[in-house]
Amino acid sequence: MEQEEYSGKLIVIEGTDGVGRSTHIAMLRAWLESRGHAVLDTGMTRSVLAGRGLKEAKTGHTLGRLTMQLFYATDFIDRLENEMLPALRSGFVVLTDRYIYSALARAEVRGIDSAWIRSIYGMALVPDVVFYLRIQSPQQLVERVLASGRGFDYWESGMDLHLGEDFYDSFIAYQTRMLKVFDRMSAEFGFHVLNASRSVRSVASDLRRAVAKVVDETAASDETSHPPDKIAPINIKDVSKKALG
Amino acid sequence: MISYGRHQFPGKLFVVEGTDGSGKSTQLALLHQWLKAEGYPVFFSEWNSSPLVKDTTKRAKKRHLFTPASFSLLHATDFADRTERDIIPPLKAGAIVLADRYIYTAFARDVARGCNRDWVRAVYSFAVKPTMAFFFRAPLDIAIDRIVSGRPNLKYYEAGMDVGFADDPEESFTIFQGKILEEYDRMVSEFGLTVIDASRSIERQQREMRLMISQHLTRRRSKSN
Repeated sequence: MEQEEYSGKLIVIEGTDGVGRSTHIAMLRAWLESRGHAVLDTGMTRSVLAGRGLKEAKTGHTLGRLTMQLFYATDFIDRLENEMLPALRSGFVVLTDRYIYSALARAEVRGIDSAWIRSIYGMALVPDVVFYLRIQSPQQLVERVLASGRGFDYWESGMDLHLGEDFYDSFIAYQTRMLKVFDRMSAEFGFHVLNASRSVRSVASDLRRAVAKVVDETAASDETSHPPDKIAPINIKDVSKKALG
Repeated sequence: MISYGRHQFPGKLFVVEGTDGSGKSTQLALLHQWLKAEGYPVFFSEWNSSPLVKDTTKRAKKRHLFTPASFSLLHATDFADRTERDIIPPLKAGAIVLADRYIYTAFARDVARGCNRDWVRAVYSFAVKPTMAFFFRAPLDIAIDRIVSGRPNLKYYEAGMDVGFADDPEESFTIFQGKILEEYDRMVSEFGLTVIDASRSIERQQREMRLMISQHLTRRRSKSN
């Protein structure tokens, strides 16, 4: 992938399971469209290439740790090359439910070599902004998991890591680790942190204000004809290699 | 995660590599028979065989969904599943694992497709380093003849049609195979591949391989074992 210019905006919503990412993306999308912006929303396991196979692999009990990381990376690159990049080139606002950061966090919590996983995702684009919906404690997530009616999920509870006797214990232990990793990445990658323990309405209004700033830059640059943003490989330490030379 | 060259297992891993039609699968099957007859526990694993990934690959090939990078990553996913399921556990158990195609296939094909050489190597760095990797080297025209005469319809990705080398499948295949062969040749010294002259007789190639492999095996085993 060569560096290239594009006129769209890449907006990432990150956060651990159950913090309300999809709710906020749905609201943001409607709001952006009402303001006249074309929006593409995407998220993990939604690729045409690998989405279905990945979901099927997750329903079984034979998905190994390395295989899982690479399956997710395949899903990611398909959406990057076939959905996100074309949309960004056409001037869309791309809202993505999770990005490489969730993948990096899941890998790290599973003891995967961080240089390895980062080199794989070295082909990603640097987003215009990463919103991290942060929750204070895993106990708050549990309330949401139960309120959703879905109950505990095997992977969201990190059951493959054997961290606790049952789904609850495992969920708390796993999400506690995930929160720690996210906090560290937040400093490293400069996330825009939003306190997600508040009401949906107040989180949503903070999000809109911050998103408006990002997308209005585009409108402003249109009028004053500033050069559009450059696409650059994600700025990860130790890694400068990209997928395609 | 243990990276390439760092694994320590009691088992042995022998892999065969080379372009299509080089005769490597035949040689591996003969080795398999011999090792079994000698009383060794042997496990066989082949390229593109992960039950978790198979359907996705098949569908993507049929519908032409791949880019060079996603082609590379899905094959790496398949290989990771093989590693975690078919390669590491038998090696830990002390078995001999025979692999038909290994990471070098990905390095040759993906780089020939335009992927970055270092990136592809980094993606596969979790792989176990083989005890020996045999590269069946056949002159390009012979390898191409064997494939093209055996199969009138070259497959889209096999012929490298996705990269756009040429409009004609056979011409595209020839260019693509040439690039693949160049990558293999470069890897001989990089990874210490053992070159087998695939133009010699089957029997002679097999004798040569058995001689080299037996040096890596403990001799106390016997048929009565």
